[in-house]
Amino acid sequence: MSHHLVEVRNLRHVYPDGTVALRDVSFRITHGESVAIIGANGAGKSTLLMHLNGYLSPTGGEVRVGDLPFTKRTLPDIRRTVGMVFQDPDDQLFMPTVFEDVAFGPLNLGLSAVEVGERVREALERVGAPHLRERPPYRLSGGEKKRVAIATVLSMAPDILVMDEPTNGLDPLARRRLIELLKEFRHTKIFTSHDLDMVLELCERTIVLHEGEVRADGPTREIFRNDGLLVECSLEKPLSMQGCPVCGDKRGKR
Amino acid sequence: MHMADALLSPAVGGAMWAASSGTIAYCSSKVRKELDDRKVPLMGVLGAFLFAAQMINFSIPGTGSSGHLGGGLLLAILLGPHAAFLAIASVLVVQALFFADGGLLALGCNVFNLGFFPALVAYPFVYRKIAGERPGHARVTVAAVVAAVAGLQMGALAVVLQTVASGISSLPFPAFVALMQPIHLAIGIVEGLATAAIVSFVRKARPDILQATVEAPKGGRHPFRNVLLAFLAAAFLAGGILSWFASGNPDGLEWSIAKATGKTGIAWREPGIHRTLAALQERFAFLPDYSFRKSPERRSESAGAGPGRQVSDARNREEGGRIGTTVSGVIGGLISLALVFLAGFLLKKRSRDA
Amino acid sequence: MASIQGTILDFRRLEELAGGDTALHRLDARAKVLSTLAYLLAVVSFDRYALTALFPFFLYPVAILSLGGLPAGYFARKVALILPFALAVGMLNPLFDREVMVRLGPIGVTGGWISCGSIVVRAALTVSAALVLVGVTGFPEICRALERLGAPQAFTVQLLFLYRYIFVLTEVGGRSSRARELRSFGGKGLGIRSYGSLVGHLLLRTWMRAERIHMAMRARGFTGEFHTTAQSRFGIRELLFLLCWSTLFAVLRLRNVPQFLGALVTGPPG
Repeated sequence: MSHHLVEVRNLRHVYPDGTVALRDVSFRITHGESVAIIGANGAGKSTLLMHLNGYLSPTGGEVRVGDLPFTKRTLPDIRRTVGMVFQDPDDQLFMPTVFEDVAFGPLNLGLSAVEVGERVREALERVGAPHLRERPPYRLSGGEKKRVAIATVLSMAPDILVMDEPTNGLDPLARRRLIELLKEFRHTKIFTSHDLDMVLELCERTIVLHEGEVRADGPTREIFRNDGLLVECSLEKPLSMQGCPVCGDKRGKR
Repeated sequence: MHMADALLSPAVGGAMWAASSGTIAYCSSKVRKELDDRKVPLMGVLGAFLFAAQMINFSIPGTGSSGHLGGGLLLAILLGPHAAFLAIASVLVVQALFFADGGLLALGCNVFNLGFFPALVAYPFVYRKIAGERPGHARVTVAAVVAAVAGLQMGALAVVLQTVASGISSLPFPAFVALMQPIHLAIGIVEGLATAAIVSFVRKARPDILQATVEAPKGGRHPFRNVLLAFLAAAFLAGGILSWFASGNPDGLEWSIAKATGKTGIAWREPGIHRTLAALQERFAFLPDYSFRKSPERRSESAGAGPGRQVSDARNREEGGRIGTTVSGVIGGLISLALVFLAGFLLKKRSRDA
Repeated sequence: MASIQGTILDFRRLEELAGGDTALHRLDARAKVLSTLAYLLAVVSFDRYALTALFPFFLYPVAILSLGGLPAGYFARKVALILPFALAVGMLNPLFDREVMVRLGPIGVTGGWISCGSIVVRAALTVSAALVLVGVTGFPEICRALERLGAPQAFTVQLLFLYRYIFVLTEVGGRSSRARELRSFGGKGLGIRSYGSLVGHLLLRTWMRAERIHMAMRARGFTGEFHTTAQSRFGIRELLFLLCWSTLFAVLRLRNVPQFLGALVTGPPG
């Protein structure tokens, strides 16, 4: 089970222009956990994600996935293990058809044509999009694009699923569908999101980032009950925990 | 400046297709060898950018009309010459297939005229030389304008030569050149300014983008070819500028020559010189109709006698003659260059295999 | 030039048509690309005064149109759009070429007009051939065919990426341009400064997108090579298609069929 471990130790990242995106970030995520990383814009969330699959190299500190350090040799394995879904699906769907996009990963892994076909079929089934196989990406709706983007990652059979703002830009129905879909996944899940209600629904653990540091790391409910912390980090309670706007502020305040 | 299928003979079109395909193959292997997998999405996306940017117009001060970016030079600055050439070629392919911008036969010409000259000639040999390593805004502007003008002049001249060599259009060479070169001079200046404006903007916002592309061109490995390309460029440029001068007020040209040589313009009117020029034209007879062709009206007009007519007729002949010389000179120069290049290439192969 | 929004619709429409399912659509793209090539070569190889000899060549685009179930009106309109440009190109010929070549009764038609007409007809033929090719094949398939026919992969991949992201970028560019138009009160662009800024912003966003795409590619194991599973066969049907059309083009090129047909009606020239 240890190869599903994500360990970040004293991670520090400074961009070439001098911006300190991450100061000193440490945490440990074990197999099967569902973790949200929240914080204001500019808190360092995206930078942190980019370290998790080795796209960026740390200025200081270390990242280990499955107890493996990030070296040139281990990188392909790590990228297979950590499936990353980006915010804008257009960035991830760059092949002429959905099939080819979902097949891109397995092909790079060197699987045979038959295996690739199998993986694609399975992945599209998982996300509920088998009928979109031959579609070109520009003929997909926002919600469909998101689902296909997830499929492109699932086809590589990752152990850890990392998603950057998964519900961003989705209409309510697409959002609901996505949340239900993600509930089914048994992978280790790491999300960044501004959608605090989704976080409440999906993630039992939350890490709060503020100005490149971890300000809080614990059970989601507790964190959302801590008003002081939320204000400090430029956040607020999820809407479902605030008072009902129709019948008045009955349950919101403590 | 797009060539049209309709004006192209299969021989010329085919030759240009071969030239373009060869260049595409060459640039593809160059890009491959660079092993920079960042280039793959970058080329594609910047090509799309070019496509979109060409649809955004800016107003040209003083003319009341608008223009848009050609973009070859800009792409070369951002991507390097080889990747830029591929990107430009791909945009032209899409335009040819979907918008009939010229056509499929002329695609070979267009890829060459609009891609080769800005990206593979003007950028490395003009822009880089003027701009140097870390140019300031003024330098960038000057370099961009000169390079854009050079690239467009070469391209425009190429269009003229390709049309004329095809023999389908009846437009005579001097008139054609007189039309193309000055217009593209103006377009080149505007393009250079627009390019410089964009480069400056990018430099302020993301200087790392431009740093990434300041890699020395592999000039060391092919000095011979580079020198030849430089000569080719110079020949086109010279041909273009000379013909531009010639197409302007002939008196102006005479005046400047008179100033330079201390003789008066009368020397040019001597029949001896005219005879020499005519002899030269005869020799390069594969451009018989177009080296000094006069329109039938003018011929019939001058036939309509009168001493006044005689003078202008003589002048017409000389103008045609002068231009014929320039053309013959350029073409002759190109042919000899081509032979030299071929010989050089073969010799190089020889020595490598040996 | 087409407006940005109009452009996108064009692509989409053509791509939709290419998704059709006729026997012609199912044919390997290489056959279609090669026969179009043969067609273009034949049309283009005529001398400048060929006019009526070109007419039978309309058979190819019309046949492809019908066999592929493509809407004739749509394509006819697109071809009609470029005709004025072709005319403009050929317009200079009658001015310079005034020798009368043909006499129709009392009217003498100069070579200039004939060559002008030839230019227009040629433009119509080549453009319609290109359009119907895209209509029954689709751009991505054409690129794949080119690769299998020997084009370098770096270039065909470039074509595919370009195509994919034209959709994304023309939308973005269109929005920016519209926003600027709305703020410039009727001027045709605010001059070079604001142009540099608008296009500069577009360029930066484009560049950042490229970086993200690269990230996504790397994240899925990309190291520089593109692998494909797609196999398609160039079989008997493809061979027959190519051979039949090429033979027809050769015949039409080498024998002036319209003249022959005309002679049948009017009797041999006396």
